[in-house]
Amino acid sequence: MSDPNGLIQPGRTAPGFAVPATPDGALLGPEQFRGRPVVLAFYPADWSPVCGDQMSLYQSAAPVFAQYRAVVLGISVDGIWSHRAFAESRGIEFPLLADFEPKGEVARSYGAYMSNGEAARALVVLDPTGTVTWSYLSPPDVNPGADGIFDALDRLAADRKVMAG
Amino acid sequence: MSTPLQVTARLRDPVTTEDHIRGPADAAVTVVEYGDFQCQFCGAAYPNLHELLRQRADTVRLVYRYFPIANVHPYAERAAETAEAAGVRGRFWEMHDWLYEHQDQLDPVHLSLGVEQVGLPPDELNAEVENHAHADRVRRDFVGGIRSGVNGTPTLFVNGVRHDGGYDLPDLLTAVDAAANP
Repeated sequence: MSDPNGLIQPGRTAPGFAVPATPDGALLGPEQFRGRPVVLAFYPADWSPVCGDQMSLYQSAAPVFAQYRAVVLGISVDGIWSHRAFAESRGIEFPLLADFEPKGEVARSYGAYMSNGEAARALVVLDPTGTVTWSYLSPPDVNPGADGIFDALDRLAADRKVMAG
Repeated sequence: MSTPLQVTARLRDPVTTEDHIRGPADAAVTVVEYGDFQCQFCGAAYPNLHELLRQRADTVRLVYRYFPIANVHPYAERAAETAEAAGVRGRFWEMHDWLYEHQDQLDPVHLSLGVEQVGLPPDELNAEVENHAHADRVRRDFVGGIRSGVNGTPTLFVNGVRHDGGYDLPDLLTAVDAAANP
């Protein structure tokens, strides 16, 4: 279903985009967070159990992300209305981005689009300049957790002093 | 640099005497559970872990660490802090068992009754929980879990390696026996 070799690799400049995001549908993309690390968490679909658990985990870890001044952006090919309901049901406060129209365009540009029409379960960490510093493709049925993300943020913190306080 | 498809997570915070440990200190196999008292899957795993300890009493010890997923389980942090308040009084496991055996009664009123049933002073514990006197310990466990690749609850580590199998007793016995006889 997915192409494991297609995901964007470290060292590449992250493709720019701006798509509707929770909570209010404002257009968001990584460029708006230059100067801070950005975690793009692609996931297959709102409402699936693994996706819900993964996003809930990242929400619970919000204080840890804050220590790195890192911004987490969840993104799937669902529409903004679905995202809003999903975010509300799961208590997710970080933005969920709707890669819905044209469907999957952002996922395609990051090499995170699967032939079944969903986003892959992929993690991409951008440094404060918008360069990919780490990427990871997880099997769709496995929640990748956050240890790899925090390892990447640790490396950025060591290189660029992005830690808060 | 190639993109990894799956990496087995490993426990990064070693077990110490500060952990809540059930079973022999010199056990060949250590199972570390990152759990959430309000999580139904943790509740389902609880009797299996109990039976695992009974059937492999000489082989296994269980370490419990807090991993409350607060945005979906509104009582989980309070329950964890209550367990820790019991723990500083040497009563962690009694409180742990009560919490898992009464998962539908974790609201503050019922939790106070539970504290009383365990034989601890509810007013004293309530005050500590209200003041978040034990929040640092809960948070330390949580962050350690995040760094170790905890990806939901319960997450178990068997001799330091994340157990990605099931939580039924046969699955647990298989995992533990394999770790005991590598």
